[in-house]
Amino acid sequence: MSLLNSLRPGGRHGIATTESRDPIGYLVAGLNRLAQSDLIDRVGLRKPAEQAVFSITSSGFKTLTTAGRTFARAGKVGRPGVRVAPAARTGLFDLTPTEDEQMLVDVVAEYAEEVVRPAAAAADEACAAPESVLKAGLEIGLPILGVPEALGGISEERSAMAGTLVAEALARGDLGLAVAGLSSGSVATALGLWGTDAQQQTYLPAFTGDDAPAAALALTEPSVLFDVLSPSTTAVRSEGGYTLNGVKSLVPRGAEAELFIVGALLDGAPALFLVEAGTAGLAVEGDPAMGVRAASLTRLSLTDVRVGSEAVLGDVDGSTYRECVRLSRLAWCALAVGTAQAVLDYVTPYVKERQAFGEPIAHRQSVAFMVANIAIELQAMRLVTYKAASRAAAGKDFTREVALARKLCSDKGMQIGLDGVQLLGGHGFVKEHPVERWYRDLRAIGIMEGSVLV
Amino acid sequence: MAISLDDPKKFRPLVGQAHQVAMNMLRPISRKYDRAEHEYPKELDMLAAMIDGLADSGASEGAGAAGVRRDEKDADTTVKNGANLASVMSIAEMCWGDVGLLLSMPRQGLGNSAIASVANDEQLARLDGVWAGMAITEPGTGSDSANITTTAVLDGDEYVINGEKIYVTSGDRADHIVVWATLDRDLGRAAIKSFVVAKGTPGMRVDRLEHKLGIRASDTATIIFENCRVPKDNLLGSPEIDTKQGFAGAMATFDNTRPLVASMAVGCARASLDLTRELLANAGVEVDYDRPAVVQSAAAAKFLQMEADWEGAYLLTLQAAWMADNREPNSLEASMAKAKAGRVGSDITLSCVELAGSIGYSETELLEKWSRDSKILDIFEGTQQIQQLIVARRILGLSSAELK
Repeated sequence: MSLLNSLRPGGRHGIATTESRDPIGYLVAGLNRLAQSDLIDRVGLRKPAEQAVFSITSSGFKTLTTAGRTFARAGKVGRPGVRVAPAARTGLFDLTPTEDEQMLVDVVAEYAEEVVRPAAAAADEACAAPESVLKAGLEIGLPILGVPEALGGISEERSAMAGTLVAEALARGDLGLAVAGLSSGSVATALGLWGTDAQQQTYLPAFTGDDAPAAALALTEPSVLFDVLSPSTTAVRSEGGYTLNGVKSLVPRGAEAELFIVGALLDGAPALFLVEAGTAGLAVEGDPAMGVRAASLTRLSLTDVRVGSEAVLGDVDGSTYRECVRLSRLAWCALAVGTAQAVLDYVTPYVKERQAFGEPIAHRQSVAFMVANIAIELQAMRLVTYKAASRAAAGKDFTREVALARKLCSDKGMQIGLDGVQLLGGHGFVKEHPVERWYRDLRAIGIMEGSVLV
Repeated sequence: MAISLDDPKKFRPLVGQAHQVAMNMLRPISRKYDRAEHEYPKELDMLAAMIDGLADSGASEGAGAAGVRRDEKDADTTVKNGANLASVMSIAEMCWGDVGLLLSMPRQGLGNSAIASVANDEQLARLDGVWAGMAITEPGTGSDSANITTTAVLDGDEYVINGEKIYVTSGDRADHIVVWATLDRDLGRAAIKSFVVAKGTPGMRVDRLEHKLGIRASDTATIIFENCRVPKDNLLGSPEIDTKQGFAGAMATFDNTRPLVASMAVGCARASLDLTRELLANAGVEVDYDRPAVVQSAAAAKFLQMEADWEGAYLLTLQAAWMADNREPNSLEASMAKAKAGRVGSDITLSCVELAGSIGYSETELLEKWSRDSKILDIFEGTQQIQQLIVARRILGLSSAELK
């Protein structure tokens, strides 16, 4: 490729193809190339800092997924799995959580405040969740929340409401770490909801044991105007199973994950497939993003990945996939509510302490009204999300409710993230305060599909 | 106990009735009284009689603008779905029919709410069955209702009221007026009390009726008080001037009426949404709840946003009413509901006109009317800005002196 050709603008570096370079532009671009070349490194002008290890903080280094434990086949193929009953409802309008839910939320809230929040800034920087935080999460039972009691979990009935409350409480600590901590449990919950006896017996014992594996629900793809219901990843029937091809983006903890649930189009309808790490054709690379960085986001590519016929999770007519998408969006709404609450908690004392023109800025309506609107929209987000969650837990159709929750949480959540930074002014823009992280995290709502599920 | 935000099962019959009334009684005369401003909607007398009949038969619970009494005697801690929820839900249905006509419902005035909220038992019994309008605003006093200049001076067994009140809903049609007046202007808000004045009392007269942007079926009166004498028993609540309690007594009414106004905005906005959804469907635009908004048409995406906002406003309204039913203080939530419902009501009704184009703008449909009716709901019983002020003060823990 000639230098001129490679300097042609468009398509890269965020430059539209309609741009053109004039002679000065070419000169500047050429200089830039020189500055980037190995030449100056060879003459010792720059410190070599290349590392040949997998780094989640930058993209472009592809590696095979690590084969984790061997999941010993168990259970009866084709026999339906254990299912929990829908949660009972009295027909009353009620905003009071059950005693069990309240206890759970109290435990998680304490974990979020004392373990998650203090670790959040460093985890965001490192693009990784500290082992100690994840371990503490395992101890309070995050991976088995949605797993039926009969299978070693703690769920006696459909746990979408409890899961929503837990996700909200976790995200009040930190959204990125919440996603890191919930991604395993999301796969376990999915196995509880749709797994056959064989799938549940094969995989769930690992999740309910002391050393639960990392696992990820991979639905998002790197395409513009991505529609999760029409994935580009394909599954084709082949001898004894299926062959999968495609790319999944923003997959939490993909480098550590030992089990994936991957969405793919099969015979024109989207379906879910269980894919074990280490399967030939599976590769992972770092996919760091604007936010949610503590979840060690990765890009997962599938090249002629062969899975057995027992790898399909749930129905192949699209119904399981749709339900999975809705439950995942519900979880993201809960995360948005928790993060927005964190913003409100933070700006409230700040605007009362920060002085300008001789008095706290909270005494000005333009500041105070922003705080009021955060509080109003946050509560609206919460109620709309709870309505969807409660209906999901009760086994009612929640298509409309979760769609509205997602729209509201993505619009108003982002506005709250934006106002959170604005209220702190310049201080909001620097990493000394967490509001810039919440700003980045809240942009994920409405974009992320999969990853978490309640 | 379990979180559930679906419409309460027990109010389904009530809401169903209100919906039928709205559809079959209010909608057919909706445009008629929008055009014939100040004409009395005589159809409403029959409707009021019917609603009274339903109430007497026990078939309906708390329909209309019934106020709410916080009865402290009840130590029962089970979760209640009571009169507050019933009221906001049935009012939303009626306003899905027509906001102006709902406001004109005999014996369902905001003054009735005030009476129900703050009157003592003797007054409640004496004023049973009246139709009471509410007179707070004055030409020089809108949102700062602590600054009212209308005075009430005790003279023997009577209070003598003097002043001018504007924007009195049903001020001409109601048979009673609840008027805010100060016992002593030097004592500030604590001295503001409400008085019931029967129509025909010498010294009280309706000066004129307003011509308005919307809710034209509802009459809005200017009322003049000139040495108007009322028995001292007509002072609602306690005559004591408690400077510690300050304005709380009079303002308590708002905790009850704000969710009602929020429900009016919610009902009116839903009328616009329901019709627009059908008009869009006829034009080939169906809203898909599963597909991302960005892959749908701009109209569908806008509709999703409006419906999401609407759902938020509706649930905030139900929350405020539910808290009142369960005797929890709800000033914050009542203001949140009204702020959200007020602005969402305007966005939805105006955007639906835009989506429907000239169909929406023309008087052949009701969309343009709803977009005029909705505006007042972001103004009366506390403007958008007043609600934000209340929410901000509560959230930030600031006094009215600190956050002006």
